Amino acid sequence: MPKLVIRDDRCKGCSICVEFCPKSCLEITDRLNPLGYRPVGLRDPEACTGCAICARMCPEVVIEVWK
Amino acid sequence: MKPVFVRPQSLTDKPFHFCPGCHHGVIHRLVAEAIDRFGVRERTIAAASVGCSVFLYDYFDVDVVESPHGRAPAVATGIKRTNPDKFVFIYQGDGDLAAIGTAEIIHAANRGENLTVVFVNNTVYGMTGGQMAPTTLLGQPTTTSPYGREFGQDGYPIKMTEMLAQLEGVGFAARVAVDTPARLTQARKAVLRAFETQLEEKGMGFVEILSSCPTNWGMKPVEAVRRIEREMIPYFPLGVYKERKGSDAL
Repeated sequence: MPKLVIRDDRCKGCSICVEFCPKSCLEITDRLNPLGYRPVGLRDPEACTGCAICARMCPEVVIEVWK
Repeated sequence: MKPVFVRPQSLTDKPFHFCPGCHHGVIHRLVAEAIDRFGVRERTIAAASVGCSVFLYDYFDVDVVESPHGRAPAVATGIKRTNPDKFVFIYQGDGDLAAIGTAEIIHAANRGENLTVVFVNNTVYGMTGGQMAPTTLLGQPTTTSPYGREFGQDGYPIKMTEMLAQLEGVGFAARVAVDTPARLTQARKAVLRAFETQLEEKGMGFVEILSSCPTNWGMKPVEAVRRIEREMIPYFPLGVYKERKGSDAL
């Protein structure tokens, strides 16, 4: 199973990754990060195929994908 | 486990200061990946501009010279002519390249300076507070055109890539966008070609990248990304406008 590493302390919650995830397995979480944004989280790890579209679209380069 | 996607080595670990959803981060990554790909990090010197891209020196693990507003092509010309073995790239926004530095970029291109130019077009002056730029689309409201840009008063949006592609000194000129994963792949290829153009000494490699500015457009990040396809691409057509092939010497 692919592994997604999200450095959510740096995420600015723009939700571009959520919009472009082909499997809709990301979501904006309810908690606040130290920057004061609501960071993204992996809602459905089983559905993730590790295509890395989220990581490529991320303007903050906070997502790493391992497979 | 093998990495599918990791942060490029030429980017430092410093968090970007950009607003949420700003495409500068993506474009920084594309440039850093190109530096890694060609292995030129140890001999790269960048000329940074004024605007949101002003903190380039914090984010790239290369040497950077800060230029006065619009004068990055002139500064880069000096660097490249005195150090021809160095790899030199410029990173400019549309207020910087298309307004204040129009003379510098046109003459640097016409002289055929061996530089790589990354031109970020978001149709607005970003850092100074959303004023109208020469690339602002007709009807687009900005802080200095609150009723929308009007042709009679402000003229038409300027198309820099088409203009520079006419010049003999330009080896590669393309316009790309980073709003969808497919276009991002095209953008990556174009940035790599612009790097190659300099390494093969074929003149200036120029890439215009259509990008979003959610804050100054007054939109949410995802809406701003969608606006690129809806409004910008019809006026600024994507594509490679010039490519000097094979053994064509400058």
